[in-house]
Order: sequence, then structure tokens, then C-alpha cells
Amino acid sequence: MGGRMVDFGGWDMPVQYPAGTIEEHLRTRTHAGLFDVSHMGEIDVRGPDAIKFVNRLTSNDVTKLVDGQAQYSALTTPEGTVIDDLLVYRLSSVHLLLVVNASTTEKDWDWIFSQWSDELIDPSNVSADYCQIALQGPDAQSILQKLTDLPLGDIKYYHFTHGDVDGVKGIVSRTGYTGEDGFEIYAPADRAEQLWNKILDAGETGTPTGVLPCGLAARNTLRLESGMALYGNDIDETTTLLEANLGWICKLDKGDFTGREALASQKADGVKRKLVGFEVTDRGIARDHQEVLIDGNRVGHVTSGSPAPFLKKNIGLAYVPVEYASAGQAIQIDVRGRLVGAQIVKTPFYKRQK
Amino acid sequence: MANVPEDLHYSKDHEWVRVDGDQAIIGITDYAQNSLGDVVYVELPKAGEEFAANEPFGSVESVKAVSEVFTPIAGAVVQINESLADEPESVNSDPYGAGWMIRLKMANPGEVDSLLTAAEYEDFTKAESE
Repeated sequence: MGGRMVDFGGWDMPVQYPAGTIEEHLRTRTHAGLFDVSHMGEIDVRGPDAIKFVNRLTSNDVTKLVDGQAQYSALTTPEGTVIDDLLVYRLSSVHLLLVVNASTTEKDWDWIFSQWSDELIDPSNVSADYCQIALQGPDAQSILQKLTDLPLGDIKYYHFTHGDVDGVKGIVSRTGYTGEDGFEIYAPADRAEQLWNKILDAGETGTPTGVLPCGLAARNTLRLESGMALYGNDIDETTTLLEANLGWICKLDKGDFTGREALASQKADGVKRKLVGFEVTDRGIARDHQEVLIDGNRVGHVTSGSPAPFLKKNIGLAYVPVEYASAGQAIQIDVRGRLVGAQIVKTPFYKRQK
Repeated sequence: MANVPEDLHYSKDHEWVRVDGDQAIIGITDYAQNSLGDVVYVELPKAGEEFAANEPFGSVESVKAVSEVFTPIAGAVVQINESLADEPESVNSDPYGAGWMIRLKMANPGEVDSLLTAAEYEDFTKAESE
């Protein structure tokens, strides 16, 4: 494929393919991009208490899911901080599939296993069994439809169905991490190459409007432009969900779950800092870990900073004290010793036209 | 295969030097631009600034990363390539031409003789990418 490879949590992952990050990013916004995200972890929880158990460990409300529906959620610490963010898929009333980050799969699995008390469940780490291929962009549906009889148009956002893609049995989910319409396909690990090649062919890769294979760098810029958090950068075990603007996945009224008390009290008291989006207004590019200054004081740091290829701006996410966390606030970023002006803006930076 | 023009001098940090009288024009090589990926921002010094050999004079940023650029030889900046402010992609499309970065008045013109020849640089990049 000619991708430039990098070690990512033990996986050899392409950072970019020959087209380059900018072209990959733009093609995903305008047509379609294909991502091999097989490194993501999958944890299976079966049994009569599967919903009850996962609902106790995660912040969103698993009881609200119907068969064939997925939700964005988080595994939380007792302090309300984030062990991992994840997708919870309801395959049936007695079977959930948790899709977690690659670098945290082992940690998540150990945590989940340690929290298992008397629930009737059978959890297992099935990460090695699955490949995951994400086809994203406005042309995703028409491309994938060439390879399957599944009525893709009937799958709603954050829903999924079981079926064949190019004769391969798997799960086809209308989800993604790019801010575009698209699908994530979970299939047996040994069919990754077949699906990858067939989708590239169906998407007329190599033509100016065809699907492009995309690497990790484009995946990162696409998610950032869409204002989505990246575990390890924007959220981790030192940041609470409320600080990270993820109050919408904190269902404090659903009953008890790990971290509920801490989150409820933080909600009552108010957070002291908040994750905000910013646009650089001077020349310069803000990068991860750089410090944020307001009125000359160092008040926070950039958690994700990058050029935004579609918006053609330099953007980022940063934690700042809550009193400054409103759109329009001027900030400065310490870019390797040079103070660069920026402004807090509402996120997402980019929102697709539906 | 990366393009390595015969008439230039090269550094192991992947800069090239074109001698023009007592001045030198400096940029990054085709190999370097290809490794960096899409260049989206170039930070350059101001005219008049002086640099010792192997000192960083600016930085080149791709979507993913920041890389410092070093001057292989000592000198004072006479001119910078202003057009890179609006067209940083020239570093990718024409690294030895429109993508040039700075023009120095050399402090010690003999210094270029210590740099790599095109053939030596080509061998060096081959060894590095193996």
C-alpha cells in the first residue's frame, strides 16, 4: 500500500498513505476515506445480567438501548474520571459488545474483570477475533451498497445490523470518528484484507473522486475538526467527564454507577476547568501539551492541537479555568517560546450538512 | 527515488546548500520533504540574524509534526523566502526551487567543502531508509 508505518500500542499502523494526510482528510469530507482500525479492542459481555453489569460500570444509560443500537459512553473511575471512552453495542438483551481503545484494551479488561462480583455474565476479551474497517464520508453508503444486500439506507445513525459484506459475515454499524456519515464494519480478523481491497475497488480508488485509504494522522485531524475527544489526549484518568464536556453521556439519574456520586457532587459544585475549542488567530500552529496563557498567566494546556485541513485553520482543544471558558475569550498559546494568539470558539469546529 | 541535484551540497540533517558567490541559499531536500509529508507552515528567521553552523534557523511543520531546520554553515541572513508564508506547499512541490528557505552571507565560505556531495548524500539516505 505504500503507507508510512508507525508502532502504535504494539500495532504497526499507517500514519499516512501516499496521497498524504491533507488529501486523505479532504477526500473523506467530500467523497470517502477508508480506515483500518482493527487495533481497536472488543470486549464481549454475555449473560442475563450483561446490561445491569455494564450499566454499573459505564456512565451512559445502557437500559435505553434497543437491539441493534449503539451508544457512546465511558468507563469511569470512582472519582468520575475516565478509564476509557467506548461504544456499547446491544446485540440482544443478553449480549453487549464493548468497543474500546487499542492502548487501553488490557487495562479496561482488567478493570471490568475486577469489578465482576455476583452478576450472571460471561465476559471475554475478543479483540483478536475482530477486524474493524471504517468507511467514512458522503459516498460511504453508495460504495458499501455495491458489496451487500443489506438495506444500508435503513440503518439509522448509531444503529447497526448483522449481515454479509462481500460474503463476509459481520456487523455493519452506522458510526464513525470523522464527523461524516459512514459505517464501521466488524468482521472476522482474517477477512480484513479482503474487505479492505474490495471496498477500495468498489469505491474506485485511484480516481480523483474515489475512496482513499487513510492513515492515523487523517483520523486524528478529522476527529479533532469534528470536536471529538481522543482518549489519552483530551480525556484520561485525571479528567472528569463533566470537565471534558461529556455531561451528555453522564446519566446521573439512571441509578448507581461507578463515579456517579463524584460526578453528581461536581455537577452541584460546578467544574473548575473545562475542555474548550480554540482557533489560532495569529500565524502558528498549536500542538499537544503546549501551555495556554490568559492575561499573561499560565492557566492550562493544549490537549490536542493541529492544522484543520478542511477548515484551513489551526485549531485545538485545551483545558482552561471555567471562568474563561466561553466563546470569544482571547487566549495565548506558548508555541515553543513564542506566544501565539488564539480565541476560544464553540465546538464542533466542523459540522457536516445533513 | 528522491531527487538529488548534482550541483548542491548536502547535510546529514537533510538540508541542501547552493553556493552563489559569497552567499548560500539553503532549503530542505526532496528526501526530507517526502518524509515530512504535506508542509503547512514554515517559520523562518529575520534578515540580519546570524547563525553558527548546525544551529536551527527555523521550523517546518506538517499536519502531524514540527521539525527544526538547521543551517549547515555559519552566516548572516540576507533574505528569506517570504512566499513560503502563503505557499508552504512549495517545499513539497519544488524543494530545490520555489521551496528555498534562506539566503545567507557565509561567514566562512570554505565550510561548504565539509558538506556531503550529491553522491555521498544519496548513499547516506539509502543507508538511513534501510
